[in-house]
Amino acid sequence: MLAFLENPRLRGGIHAEEHKQETCGQTIASDFPLPKKLYIPVQQHVGKPAEPVVKVGDKVLKGQLLAYSQGTISAPVHAPTSGKIIDVQDFPAPHPSALPVRTVIIETDGLEQWAPGNLPDDPFAMAPDQICTRVGEAGVVGLGGAVFPSAVKLSLGRKNQIHTLLINAGECEPYLTCDDRLMRERAGEIVSGIRLMLRGMEAPKAMVGIEDNKPEAYQVMLAACREFDNISVEQVPTRYPMGWDRQMLRYLTGQEIPADGRATDIGVVVHNVATAHAVYKAICLGQPLISRVVTVSGGAVGKPRNVEVPIGTLMSEVLAFCDLDKSKLARLIMGGPMMGDALPFAEVPVVKACNGILALSRDEIEEPEVQACIRCSSCVTACPVGLLPLEMASRIKANQLDSAVDLGLKDCISCGTCSYVCPSNIPLVHYFKFASGELVKRQQAEHKAEQTKRLMNDRNERMERIRLEAEAEAQRAAEARAARMAAQAAAQQQKVEESA
Amino acid sequence: MYVLSAIVIMAALGLVLGLSLGIAAKYLKVESDPLVERVEELMPGSQCGQCGFPGCRPAAEALVSGAAPVTLCPPGGTALVEQLAKLLGIDVDLSDAQDQDPMVARVSEETCTGCTRCFKVCPTDAIVGAPKQIHAVVADACIGCKKCVEVCPTECLQMHPIEVTLRNWRWPKPLAA
Repeated sequence: MLAFLENPRLRGGIHAEEHKQETCGQTIASDFPLPKKLYIPVQQHVGKPAEPVVKVGDKVLKGQLLAYSQGTISAPVHAPTSGKIIDVQDFPAPHPSALPVRTVIIETDGLEQWAPGNLPDDPFAMAPDQICTRVGEAGVVGLGGAVFPSAVKLSLGRKNQIHTLLINAGECEPYLTCDDRLMRERAGEIVSGIRLMLRGMEAPKAMVGIEDNKPEAYQVMLAACREFDNISVEQVPTRYPMGWDRQMLRYLTGQEIPADGRATDIGVVVHNVATAHAVYKAICLGQPLISRVVTVSGGAVGKPRNVEVPIGTLMSEVLAFCDLDKSKLARLIMGGPMMGDALPFAEVPVVKACNGILALSRDEIEEPEVQACIRCSSCVTACPVGLLPLEMASRIKANQLDSAVDLGLKDCISCGTCSYVCPSNIPLVHYFKFASGELVKRQQAEHKAEQTKRLMNDRNERMERIRLEAEAEAQRAAEARAARMAAQAAAQQQKVEESA
Repeated sequence: MYVLSAIVIMAALGLVLGLSLGIAAKYLKVESDPLVERVEELMPGSQCGQCGFPGCRPAAEALVSGAAPVTLCPPGGTALVEQLAKLLGIDVDLSDAQDQDPMVARVSEETCTGCTRCFKVCPTDAIVGAPKQIHAVVADACIGCKKCVEVCPTECLQMHPIEVTLRNWRWPKPLAA
């Protein structure tokens, strides 16, 4: 409460148990054995799914294009290693529902043969639009979890006259340390990525925001940025959800993004720190996004650590590498414990969005009894957006979605802070996720109703036209018959007259 | 003479009454209830008849006169119920309202004879096909009115719930405390 008063630039939030010390002290494991099979979903990003260009039986090289992006908001996927395509079929997606998604399955050959690529002589002399194109071709998407195609964001930034690139290195979710380790071990590469992004967006300066529970990463980044005047590194308080772009931006610049606007409206573009690293790899090394650093942690994991794994590796294999104790496993989560998705089983592939695999033990999770709301308003104090979670949830419970929307349901970021603080254990954020889904469903239903009306009208018009045409046809036929009859009658008359 | 006067009187009566009726029709015209029109606008408009009325307009009339509940329209779902309740100023308890899962028709290829009856009755042209060719339903355009199911001679058209995919999967409602 006091911290809140001291710091008017921060609104709401919580300080949960960090659980970062289990993994933050060890270097990123790069000795992960190459799996026998890799499962690469064609949809690992926001937007349209990519369209496969390979056939079953094809040999592919590492980094070769597997599926190309369709439309402006989409991203391609590439082969994480060399091998043979053994199938292109439906496979469970890393999603709470584990519903199937189209997936390219590769049998690896262990040769790790790279596809030939062309590297630029001087990446920092490349034209901005060339940088954007290359980033897009490399399938780079936002690695903070939102997986929005980065090239689209870079080009948008160029169009909107951006003055600041904000690099989000908050990593405010408990347990996760993949960005922390990446900064400690590959700061130079990250800074190159940031410089390329600045060039791609034609933006003058960049700012890196790091939570103050990562002092080592801060020092390393500070040293790496020292020679570049246009990149500053800032510490931000450790307070979930600091990694929410609006919260970090409000803290660092004092500016507020309009409720229905985007960061670009105030001249800022926010990218994740791991995305900057992926941009470096895509341009300076010519490597598409085919692997990522994943934090494997939780009470059921024997050797919690960060591992660099190829995209498409089954989570069960990554967990086995880190000595998962299956008897202790109570819940499996992709991402962080606050906003991550609980998965029904581990036989799903690691995708670009996967920054953490948490195998939590029974004492780390609780499934307490839900009790009635006591209107303590803890959730109101904690909400970083400034909403009234208790009121919204009670409206949604009564299926009054419209009044929940009036209370600001659409501004909810599903950060889970309200559910975390609720003393009655009400699944507040679940209500909001449910309601948001219902709103989308409703929108789709309205769209369908409109389409139905259009289809009905078209059909009715067509039927009317056919009827009129048939009538006209009948009339013509009748006239023709009448004319024929008259002609016959006249001929007969003539015959009679002739015979007479 | 009597005949003539009778004809004159009847003709005069007819003229006067006809004229007064004509004037009344013009000046005392009963406008159709504007509320009915607004209700009809909200409805899906597919005249599917699932409510038991022979189309959306009769259903709207019944609604406005109070002869039918606002929950009468299955394809409209809870969203329509909420809009109707707001328009008509009725309080409805939606807390245990459960949207019926929307259903769409599907052709079973084994039994379709290509008789073309189904696509002739489809109000949204959601069925495609040609004589003696297997027909198919465009699920996105199907409104679940079951008209095709009724006319199919081989019962090859059946209603199925819409397939759940990653695109239309939604979080379920939390269980109430």
